[in-house]
Amino acid sequence: MRKCDIEISLASELRYLDVIQGVSDSITRMLELDDDTRYWVGMSVRESVTNAILHGNKMDEGKRVWVRFNLAPESLVIYVRDEGAGFDESKLPDPLDPKNLLRPSGRGIFYIRTFMDDVRYTILPEGGMEVRMEKRVNHKVKGDQEGEANAN
Amino acid sequence: MRIDTRTANGVTILDVHGKITIGEGSAEIRNRVRDLLQSGRKNILLNLSDVSYVDSSGIGELVSCYTTVANQGGHLKLLGLTRKVQELLAITKLLTVFESYEDEKKAIASY
Repeated sequence: MRKCDIEISLASELRYLDVIQGVSDSITRMLELDDDTRYWVGMSVRESVTNAILHGNKMDEGKRVWVRFNLAPESLVIYVRDEGAGFDESKLPDPLDPKNLLRPSGRGIFYIRTFMDDVRYTILPEGGMEVRMEKRVNHKVKGDQEGEANAN
Repeated sequence: MRIDTRTANGVTILDVHGKITIGEGSAEIRNRVRDLLQSGRKNILLNLSDVSYVDSSGIGELVSCYTTVANQGGHLKLLGLTRKVQELLAITKLLTVFESYEDEKKAIASY
């Protein structure tokens, strides 16, 4: 697959979460990722956009969220950017700490980190916060499996 | 999301249908559980077998219900977890918190 970008801009409304997750599902289907990977990438996108709308833009419908899917042969990189003040990731409570286990919130970023291969948060100099999430794509495995099937 | 309520052997079973997500009325479960506690029904079984999707807010909602019920001296248990929900609970160590069952009869007998 040749490199290409798909960029979507949306208002800070939670009703768009299904839309953006649907876009993620379409892209990961196009990349022929397996069902589990597609599910977890879709969830990571949904969680990131939720954070951008809720915590970044504070539900201000006048503020926007930008989601960019960068498709390359070896990886899918997804950027989610908001217009908020950003946060210090190192100060987030560890959801696995026994004293935090029963907290009702604070698991979204942990899930994203679990399901994606590389996750980076950046406070942008021009304002806003951006998360970069990478999922490596291993099409070689699929080809190898087909090769083995043919050999058998 | 839709929640149906039924009772068996003193256990209130909430059959949850649809998605438990931030935009999809995850607070409905909390409200239903609160109403049950107010009417003295403290043994609650959440049947999630027909739940199609749960996000981190939905997981948080389950935790919130669990602590609310426990603080009132009751028991909230889970039934029919899908593989995805099991994974979400497992990686955040919540399978060690929740008592969960695949079989409804065994779940009811456990109270």
